[in-house]
Amino acid sequence: MQKAFDIPREKMTDEELLQPGMLSCQGCGASLSMKLALKGLGEKTMIVIPASCWGVIIGAYPYSTLQVPVIHVPFETAAVVASGIRAALDVRGEPDITVMAWAGDGGTYDIGLQSLSGAAERNDDILYVCYDNEAYMNTGIQRSSATPPGAWTTTTPAGAVKEEPKKDMEMIMLAHGIPYVASASVAYPDDLVRKFEKARSIKGTRFIHLLSPCPPGWRIDSAVSIKITRMATKSCVFPIFEVQDGNYTVNILPEDKIPVEDYLQAQGRFREMGSEMIQAVQKQVDRRWQELLARADTGKN
Amino acid sequence: MKQVIKGNFAVSHGVRLSRVKVISAYPITPQTTIVEELSEMCATGKLEARFIKVESEHSAMAAVVGSESAGVRSFTATSSQGLLLMHEMLHWAAGSRLPIVLTNVNRAIGPGWNIWADQTDSVSQRDTGWIQIYCESNQEVLDSVIMGYRLAEEVSLPVMVTYDAFFLSHTSEVVDVPEIQAVDAFLPAFEPRFRLDVKDPRMFGGMMTPEYFYEERFVTHKDSMDASDRYPRICEEFERAFGRQYEACESYRTEDADLILVTAGTITSVSRIAVDEARKAGKKVGLMKLRLFRPVPLEHWRRILGYASRVAVIDRNISVGLGGVFASEIKNALFSLEKRPSIYSVIAGLGGRDVTPRDVGGIIDRVLVSEGPVDSPIFWGLKE
Repeated sequence: MQKAFDIPREKMTDEELLQPGMLSCQGCGASLSMKLALKGLGEKTMIVIPASCWGVIIGAYPYSTLQVPVIHVPFETAAVVASGIRAALDVRGEPDITVMAWAGDGGTYDIGLQSLSGAAERNDDILYVCYDNEAYMNTGIQRSSATPPGAWTTTTPAGAVKEEPKKDMEMIMLAHGIPYVASASVAYPDDLVRKFEKARSIKGTRFIHLLSPCPPGWRIDSAVSIKITRMATKSCVFPIFEVQDGNYTVNILPEDKIPVEDYLQAQGRFREMGSEMIQAVQKQVDRRWQELLARADTGKN
Repeated sequence: MKQVIKGNFAVSHGVRLSRVKVISAYPITPQTTIVEELSEMCATGKLEARFIKVESEHSAMAAVVGSESAGVRSFTATSSQGLLLMHEMLHWAAGSRLPIVLTNVNRAIGPGWNIWADQTDSVSQRDTGWIQIYCESNQEVLDSVIMGYRLAEEVSLPVMVTYDAFFLSHTSEVVDVPEIQAVDAFLPAFEPRFRLDVKDPRMFGGMMTPEYFYEERFVTHKDSMDASDRYPRICEEFERAFGRQYEACESYRTEDADLILVTAGTITSVSRIAVDEARKAGKKVGLMKLRLFRPVPLEHWRRILGYASRVAVIDRNISVGLGGVFASEIKNALFSLEKRPSIYSVIAGLGGRDVTPRDVGGIIDRVLVSEGPVDSPIFWGLKE
């Protein structure tokens, strides 16, 4: 078990498969996530990108900032295009290549859920990554089913902020019985890289959920995006854990746990939340955290 | 070897003989027996292919976009609602220049639910960039799948082979199933012009600004038009190898015809009978069968139809608010001729209603006595 601020610094590869020239915003979690993910996966990786911020971040024709093969696909098809590529690589006798679908929360929680469920049910040998910035950020901050309660977006404006809880994507994926489900974030880079290294070696459908800070969408300063993402885990809003073959491990156990209110108040998008709603969210977070601990091997025996 | 098989099995054999390596499909009546037969072939090893059993037609097309992008010959089959669900991915496949072959069993689109023959499903996909081939017999279905891969891979565009629900999909006919060695000689192993490759990492389908997009579409159009030049050559080569003759479109007794019927699919067979009957009665009637519909084989159409005084296009499809789609396209193709025939649009047989030789005979008589074409189509066989 690792403590929040006591992570052994494993040596990461110096190899950079993500080159300068990206079109991401300052403080973007999605671009840093890709840089770290590829440190775990290496160059024998093919990436499928549906409509998402990453469809833009990567750069426009004829340039690409990634030094691995990339195919862009319609919004709802990331998982199944990856399945098709996997089948072709198996036919070609190239089993050592990782096929990674790299989708946002809209492409995962909403429009892409059907084909993702199909791929997971077949246990197709793909790695599916959801970089979750908790709204349709590429189209200008609209609500998705990953948007947390209390959040302002352009479709949940002041006076009508989102009230519904966020879908529990890890549990949805676990219900498919796939071999590996994990959460990670750019606030804990060693943990993130290790999970991609691990996912690379597992066969079957693997799902990694990345919390991905978005300064314009979260109404935060780009300089504090990593700090606020770390607060999401310290407040247990975004627990960092992994489930391999049904065995739960909580990877980050915050000993200096902070109230959910601190995390919420650090972001402009939650400005509309009253104390009643904050308390309701605190209760939801506490309940989920306790449920997770109950399932997990916390290392305390 | 000659076998008595249904149209759907003709497809399965075409897929097997083409050595397809990845199949993805979702069941829909009346396509299902293709999927069943291919599953069987994969299970028994008669066909060495991976079959991805997806959760929708949209995903079926997405899966083969993936597999074909990785450089492997791929196939899918669908019908009606399934083809419509694929619509977005049809554009993506053609825009990505992927030589996928799809067979579509022409079936009506709901509501109301109707599983019978109607070509509105495929004609409404005519702007997706797919090459479209309409078939009249089970032999033609099998041969068109094999020729489809040859054409698709030469021009890097996907090919849709279509044929009528039940009249072909579930009707047994004698089909000469070629030997696989002969097909191997005609259809070489797929060598992709480009593919996803970790040794040569490239990006496909990404953001394309106004600076590039227009030329990209122009090149796709040019290559599609090029397919109409290549198709006759591929047909000739096929004839030399297998002894069966095909053309971009076929004419029957058109040389001295005053009236030429235009048909696609199985209405062609009954129309041949009606033409023979009319000829016996001294009426100068001929027939043009549409096979290649995209790209439009403009010169072929003009050469056959240009000298007739009347042309009657029978459409088993409808573009609501316009009329028959084939009639509209034929008018477009002939408009710039200095002397052009009077063109009649006839809608018939929607939703699988029978169109018999007697019906076509009635259409012939109706058009022959007409004083001139009217703007609105003739709705043949419409109940009062």
